[in-house]
Amino acid sequence: MKAGVGAPGRAQMSERTFRTDRWRTYPITTGAILLFFIAYATVRIFMNQWYWAPEEHYLTPLYSPCLSDSCVPGSSHFGTPLPEIPSFIPMAFITFIILAGFRGTCYYYRKAGYRSLFLAPAACAVPEPHKKYTGESKFPLVILNSHRYFFYGALIFALINIYDMVLAFHGKDGGIGMGLGTLIIVINVAMLVCYTLSCHACRHIVGGRLKNFSKHPLRYRYWTFVSKLNARHGQYAMISLVTVILTDAYIMSVAAGWITDLRIFN
Amino acid sequence: MSYKGNFKIWRGDDESGGLEDFIVEVNEGEVVLDIIHRLQATQAPDLAVRWNCKAGKCGSCSAEINGKPRLLCMTRMSVFTEDETITVTPLRTFPVVRDLVTDVSYNYQKAREIPSFAPPKNLGLGEYRMKQQDVERSQEFRKCIECFLCQDTCHVIRDHEENKENFAGPRFLMRVAELEMHPLDTEDRVREAQDEHGLGYCNITKCCTEVCPEHIKITDNALIPMKERVADRKYDPIVWLGNQLFRRGSHKR
Ligand code: SF4
Ligand code: SF4
Ligand code: FES
Ligand code: FES
Repeated sequence: MKAGVGAPGRAQMSERTFRTDRWRTYPITTGAILLFFIAYATVRIFMNQWYWAPEEHYLTPLYSPCLSDSCVPGSSHFGTPLPEIPSFIPMAFITFIILAGFRGTCYYYRKAGYRSLFLAPAACAVPEPHKKYTGESKFPLVILNSHRYFFYGALIFALINIYDMVLAFHGKDGGIGMGLGTLIIVINVAMLVCYTLSCHACRHIVGGRLKNFSKHPLRYRYWTFVSKLNARHGQYAMISLVTVILTDAYIMSVAAGWITDLRIFN
Repeated sequence: MSYKGNFKIWRGDDESGGLEDFIVEVNEGEVVLDIIHRLQATQAPDLAVRWNCKAGKCGSCSAEINGKPRLLCMTRMSVFTEDETITVTPLRTFPVVRDLVTDVSYNYQKAREIPSFAPPKNLGLGEYRMKQQDVERSQEFRKCIECFLCQDTCHVIRDHEENKENFAGPRFLMRVAELEMHPLDTEDRVREAQDEHGLGYCNITKCCTEVCPEHIKITDNALIPMKERVADRKYDPIVWLGNQLFRRGSHKR
């Protein structure tokens, strides 16, 4: 039996698709961005250095919070409950698991990944190459339903990032100061907060799961607010991905001494 | 302003068929259905096409235009250039009857499999009272004109005939969501959404949303909220433990 659009009884045509628009653009560009981020993050978490700029008090979000005895002085904002970590293990593995898990199970990234990396489907009404398909109904993809736990985790990490952001307003000569890095960190945190709050699991938890909004006016207000953000969830997902990379790259460059931070004051 | 447009129209039946070339007059302000009608009137009197309202409201004229699932009556000729060849084929997910007409009975079968609205027993006719904010979500889904373009584009069944048995498709998963969110519906529909209607097959790639002529946010407002409800019930270890310990059948919300 021929599968898919070639199945018996359906209108027989030799072409897979008659689409004439540029349907390949989305999967190619999205796939490239995702692969680049995966490669960047993998290389970066194994570096185990250049995550803290001591004079400016910048901590990269990829290594925050720094919780082990391996952390360079000043970078542990919450103490060091973990012992020294061997250098071949990413010292920020907890951060990495939560953040990669959050994005990996995110409804938007699932769409982006299925379309661009798994071609299921690459674009609408374009046949996918897979012989069999059970989607998220079976192991392993059924695990993606755990998204909300990563959401709780990511919420805590967003709070930690906000705290790190406050500490980044540190003057080089003590007191309050601000540099280009501070600005970049603020923008990144704003985007991370938008991304986290616009999450579909968040929308469900704050109010979406209710049947009667009228009995819960406050939660209805939260839900309405999150729903507005949620409409742009995909955009926040991509923007925050880029801001995270830029923030990390900037802090790495400052910490490594490749560039000096441009100070706005102090 | 009128010009001669190039068309390729699929003609045939469930055994064989293929694209036929036509050159047809196109006038300003016309939609693809006008061209099909002109073809019937001038060159192909036996060309089969299903249509009714010509206003995007009956959902009869679904077809695929340049490979995209669309309504023939709502696709303006002005979105194409004059020298473009426009390909019109029947829906490619359902069995073809003849030319542009397909047999969409799969959808009616799936509709029947969903238990109907179950209001509280003690409420009589005329006693239904609901607040606007409680019905808003369901109302969005009521805009559906049952054109089945979303069903046609969904790769779960488009590319996998064998999934038709287990998957209700976006339109009917949305129907489940509509009832589940309805303030007066008393059925518990969450488990069935996953186990009977195949919600888990959906990988939220949003093609249904992309083609819906009523611009219903099917994925964001119906399918993902249903997936979250299923996660509440089936994949939330805390809820699961609570149910095991206290044997709660369903939550009162
Ligand atoms: S979002 Fe789900 S239901 Fe809609 S087309 Fe994609 S797989 Fe099908
Ligand atoms: S949901 Fe939209 S695309 Fe699907 S049948 Fe209804 S109107 Fe058509
Ligand atoms: S973070 Fe994207 S859906 Fe939750
Ligand atoms: S003819 Fe009614 S929707 Fe096109």
